[in-house]
Amino acid sequence: MTTRSPLSLAAPWLGAALLALIGFATAGVPYALLGAISGFILGWLIFWIAQRRYRQSVPTYYTAGQTLWYYTFRVIAGAIFLFLITPILVVMPLSFNAQDFFTFTPEMLAFDPAGYSLKHYRDFFNNDDWQNAVRNSIRIAPMATLLSVTFGTLAAIGLSQPHVPFRRAIMAILISPMIVPLIISAAGMYFFYSRIGLQGTYMGVVLAHAALGIPFVIITVTATLVGFDNSLTRAAANMGASPVRTFFKVQMPLILPGVISGGLFAFITSFDEVVVVLFVGSAGQKTLPWQMFTGLREQISPTILAVATLLVVISVLLLTTLELLRRRSERLRGMSPG
Amino acid sequence: MADQTAQAGPVLAADGTPLKRSLARALRLSKLRALALIAPLLIFVLVTFIAPIADMLFRSVENQIVSETLPRTTAALADWDTSSGTAPDEPVFRALAEDFQIAVANKDHTKLGSRLNYEKTGISSLFRKTGRKAKKFDLAADTNWKAEFEDIDEDWLDPEMWQVIKTYSPALTSGYFLNSIDRQKTSEGSEWRPDNQQIYLKLFWRTLVMSIVITCTCILLGYPVAWLLANLPARSANLLMILVLLPFWTSLLVRTSAWKVMLQQQGVVNDTLVWYHSTFVGKMLDPVITFLLNIAIGLLNGLLWVWNLLSGAWGAVDVELFTYAVAGFERLALINNVTGTIIAMTHILLPFMILPLYSVMATISPVYLRAAKSMGATNWTAFWRVYFPQSIPGIGAGSILVFILAIGYYITPEIVGGTKGVFISNRIAYHISSSLNWGLAAALGAILLAAVLLLYWAYDRIVGIDNVKLGG
Repeated sequence: MTTRSPLSLAAPWLGAALLALIGFATAGVPYALLGAISGFILGWLIFWIAQRRYRQSVPTYYTAGQTLWYYTFRVIAGAIFLFLITPILVVMPLSFNAQDFFTFTPEMLAFDPAGYSLKHYRDFFNNDDWQNAVRNSIRIAPMATLLSVTFGTLAAIGLSQPHVPFRRAIMAILISPMIVPLIISAAGMYFFYSRIGLQGTYMGVVLAHAALGIPFVIITVTATLVGFDNSLTRAAANMGASPVRTFFKVQMPLILPGVISGGLFAFITSFDEVVVVLFVGSAGQKTLPWQMFTGLREQISPTILAVATLLVVISVLLLTTLELLRRRSERLRGMSPG
Repeated sequence: MADQTAQAGPVLAADGTPLKRSLARALRLSKLRALALIAPLLIFVLVTFIAPIADMLFRSVENQIVSETLPRTTAALADWDTSSGTAPDEPVFRALAEDFQIAVANKDHTKLGSRLNYEKTGISSLFRKTGRKAKKFDLAADTNWKAEFEDIDEDWLDPEMWQVIKTYSPALTSGYFLNSIDRQKTSEGSEWRPDNQQIYLKLFWRTLVMSIVITCTCILLGYPVAWLLANLPARSANLLMILVLLPFWTSLLVRTSAWKVMLQQQGVVNDTLVWYHSTFVGKMLDPVITFLLNIAIGLLNGLLWVWNLLSGAWGAVDVELFTYAVAGFERLALINNVTGTIIAMTHILLPFMILPLYSVMATISPVYLRAAKSMGATNWTAFWRVYFPQSIPGIGAGSILVFILAIGYYITPEIVGGTKGVFISNRIAYHISSSLNWGLAAALGAILLAAVLLLYWAYDRIVGIDNVKLGG
């Protein structure tokens, strides 16, 4: 690898400074930032092309056309990644808007502190509707998760025994809440629960959400049990442990990562669910997604963006937890070194 | 071996029972234990989930309300000839008077009225009107009931009204299903509804076409991304994977509201476009892009014209989808129409395509591509003849998953779809909560459920339910 000339190293920064100055002189702060970014890219790009550095990451035998396609493909894939992530990134700054607009105001683009405020967050924390919705979500989701994890883990252990009659049929029934469209589950539950007096009750919503979360628990826990060494339980039994003690002391610690990630899936299913609660619940069970849904459909208020930002932060935390659990589980089962 | 057992009799277990029987007992016990572990959950799911679905299916054919509310009338109507063109005779009206008095006492007549109103408008008000008079009926007196009812409302002598009652008197009916495919039940069988009342077949067709379009866009966008993820070094692939998993884990409502914010008339996308038009670059490029767009749209509209010609009977394509560029694409109509639904749902379902594709592509060895190229294949041939066929299982799995999810979507079309971009699920929700025609909602749901189960079965055959993977 050849050492790069000082000029080629400095070019991006020079370009950035130059175009930022021009931008600032002609149109102010937002254009200065735009100028800085495009200047940096331009300065880098000129030397990248002039010094033929684009050849470094492709094999030497590539033709010009192949090299061009290599980079075009990367640009296309980059655009798709941008499409995936933009909506989530756009919501965050907008939630600090000082106005009740859903778009960037000139003050925001000029990075004027007056254009930003926490008023939508204040509104979220002071508004009774939103606070009730948060409380309801917190009351419903953990209860539903607890139900689906308890039943689900037991059944997953049963399902991974060597001889289970009607295994396929049972599996199909247990997975079905994930496959049946939510609107059909919601319709069926609405009709049936109003027959037996569960419609519009806390219990009804919890049961419905537990049913929806079960497939996720079953799938993750059975996947963990595939790598479970059954001679461990036999060894425990051999040394005189009762089945219950074996379960809690030997089996449970080993499958715990799978159980927790299944539980997280079940939790997020319930926490995120709106169609079923819309039909099975009544005003007393108005959850956070329900409140967002009404907000979006009727009185569209920017408080939704503040809630959305908070929820994105929560999902980032959940994603990190899951990833850590997955690594731990793989390490425990000896599937990957380190 | 055989000789030994023959001499010593059957092999015995430690407790003296034959080994065969003892083993069978152990197997039975282990089966029972497995079932006992599964049973609580199975019962739970059967009660909280399967029973409601069964109830919905039952509701789509159930129709006891007519024969329960008017038992004597329906019995008396059995002899009436529906094609006679006249109202039934005195005994039917006498039975009707008795039934009505009981129904009014139980306040059932309004329910029946609104039920029958789905089939023939005007029955609801007729029943209410009659109900108010029915309290004063003197059943002991020797009245001419036919004249009495004619006095209340002349509609009682309308043979069509009686045809509706007779058609819907059996306890089970196919009426809801016929309604949900734009037909109506008549005394002789069934017939097409008038053209201006036909909406459901169009809606099913639109749901199908839009789900296919969404699946195809997901394949188009998901394939390059999955390829890149599968072929990059593990470290950078893991980093890029976060960009796929973050939307996957973000709340559906958050993503939908983000799209609502971005696509609005005064939203981020349109504001950016307006700003772009005002810049130097925009002013230079606009005429060129408008020209190219118009050519592209001309071609597309040509295709659509042929499409419309071919599917004239269905006529469900929104041609105006492709007219805006001609106007100079100043601010695009991106929300409350088909475009909005397709953009938002593609974004929401894209991770469901990328993840299965990625897991299949990660198993394809790069050696095959190199071998093909070393034998003289061009890049394209090597990809199309060697790599692509190996990735088809991933495309199949992802497509079915995306399609199943898309066909039953409710929230996103409801919020960004307006009136033109809605799916059959939105109609089901409307019938449950607004028009209260639960039977029709159940029938529409049953048809949708059948379609999804068919796909589920296909998914099971192609991929296997056990192979469903969640989030990498």
